[in-house]
Amino acid sequence: MLTEFGRVLIFLIVGALFVAVGLITAWLLRPNRPYPSKLATYECGETPFGDTHIRFNIRFYVVALIFLIFDVEVVFLFPWATVYKGLGWPAFIEMAVFLVILLVGYAYVWRKGDLDWDKPAPSIPRYAAGTGVHEEAHQDGIEA
Amino acid sequence: MLGEVLRKPDKGKSSGVLFGDHERYVDWDGRSEDPQGSPGGALRRELEAGHSSPITEYTITQTAMKELLLGIFENPVIVYTLLALVPLIFVIPFALFAVWWERKISAHMQDRLGPMRTGGWHGWAQTIADILKLIQKEDIIPSAADRRLFKLAPYIVFAGSYAAYAAIPFSAAYIGSEINIGLFYVIAISSIVVVGLLMAGWASNNKWSLFGAMRSAAQIVSYEIPIALGLLAVVMVAGTFDLQEINRMQSGWFWNWFMFQKFPFLFLAMIVYFVASLAEVNRTPFDIPEAESELVGGYHTEYGGMRFALLFLSEYANMFAVSAVASTVFLGGWNSPFGSFLSGPVLGFFWFLAKGMAFIFVQMWLRWTLPRLRVDQLMYVGWKVLIPFGFVIVFGVGIWTLAVR
Repeated sequence: MLTEFGRVLIFLIVGALFVAVGLITAWLLRPNRPYPSKLATYECGETPFGDTHIRFNIRFYVVALIFLIFDVEVVFLFPWATVYKGLGWPAFIEMAVFLVILLVGYAYVWRKGDLDWDKPAPSIPRYAAGTGVHEEAHQDGIEA
Repeated sequence: MLGEVLRKPDKGKSSGVLFGDHERYVDWDGRSEDPQGSPGGALRRELEAGHSSPITEYTITQTAMKELLLGIFENPVIVYTLLALVPLIFVIPFALFAVWWERKISAHMQDRLGPMRTGGWHGWAQTIADILKLIQKEDIIPSAADRRLFKLAPYIVFAGSYAAYAAIPFSAAYIGSEINIGLFYVIAISSIVVVGLLMAGWASNNKWSLFGAMRSAAQIVSYEIPIALGLLAVVMVAGTFDLQEINRMQSGWFWNWFMFQKFPFLFLAMIVYFVASLAEVNRTPFDIPEAESELVGGYHTEYGGMRFALLFLSEYANMFAVSAVASTVFLGGWNSPFGSFLSGPVLGFFWFLAKGMAFIFVQMWLRWTLPRLRVDQLMYVGWKVLIPFGFVIVFGVGIWTLAVR
């Protein structure tokens, strides 16, 4: 006998089969006349240069890490949410302690600026005038 | 341990008053008094043994359809495959209609008329003509692309968004799969789409595609947490993941809907969920993954013809899936707003669609009203506004529920 998750599998298979049927229909109908410039990568009409498979911005990695922590925590919260009414205040307080520990981390990440896409630039101390060192701002101005 | 927790709690709710009108659909298919004789009866007994909760009137309504089909085919796999096709024959006309509807809405909001010629009346056949054109288009796979991943991506995107329909109750008589962790399953399976989008963007080997895919992935995972927190508040009130059961709890007049329970916490939860779901399906104002004016087309820049049509279709399927979840958990799903007036399995389907379409309309309305957010604003809204709100809602609902217990 098919279980209920077997029916979910049927849904996945039906979805994939629908895509296959659609693509096969198109394959029967469509023309196929490729030539090199048609198969070129689209870069707004310019000649494409370089490969795209390069290292990517580290920001996305940080977002993924923070997401992972929160997601695991939410997964823990869901089973608790179905039973906490029967367990009463002790269960609520336990979960509150768990959440507060997480929120401390959340506050830390917020304060560190990892929740901002443009991380605030670290403040570089500047030498005051009269200490015998070049004034940085002045030097920057010349170089720029 | 987890299994015990996840099992459907035995509510023992089977009072006829609560379900009102549904009782008259118990004998909908003219089932005989002795269910032992029919193959459907065996199915029912199995269901009874499998589920810890007693069979209720609504479960019988739901099994009536299956019994009818089992009587004809006598093979559960065929029956369930037929039942799994039901959302598909809804989704395709819906997507065709929604594309046309969106074009008309945008046109009228901008004081234009939109498509007017194809088909005669207000260009109703425009999308059908478009899809016929897309089927005949040449299939171009760029020579720099990773062919295998490029071809695989539409399958994952569509299968992922279609599988979410398995746990969405269309009416009291139809749900794709009666899994007892329905809501949790919908959250989980809809994130499979991200894998497909990343795959499409990476395999295209195009800078626009990669930017779009990476942005899309970052955005979807960021907004998954507000979505989960908003739905968590509902689970805390309902005490179950089963979407049919959540629907049943909201039966009666419209003030029984979860939207108006524990006011204003669940109302806020609905807003948090709705805003985050806009980001989840890449709708404006959260459409930076496919920002036409800066990224060409985002992850589907290199896709053309039928592959593009399928990616587009799954986008609209996703739109309806998140709207359907919102209408199920916050607006009572297939329940009539007027108690037992105009309720029943067939009219339930109508109510469910009407509520889902209302959400879709708001999504379109917002698209043509609000400008696109910048990527840093996007992170701000997700991490610094919606998530703190989500935690406040969860704490508020928890304290309220326990205090008035």
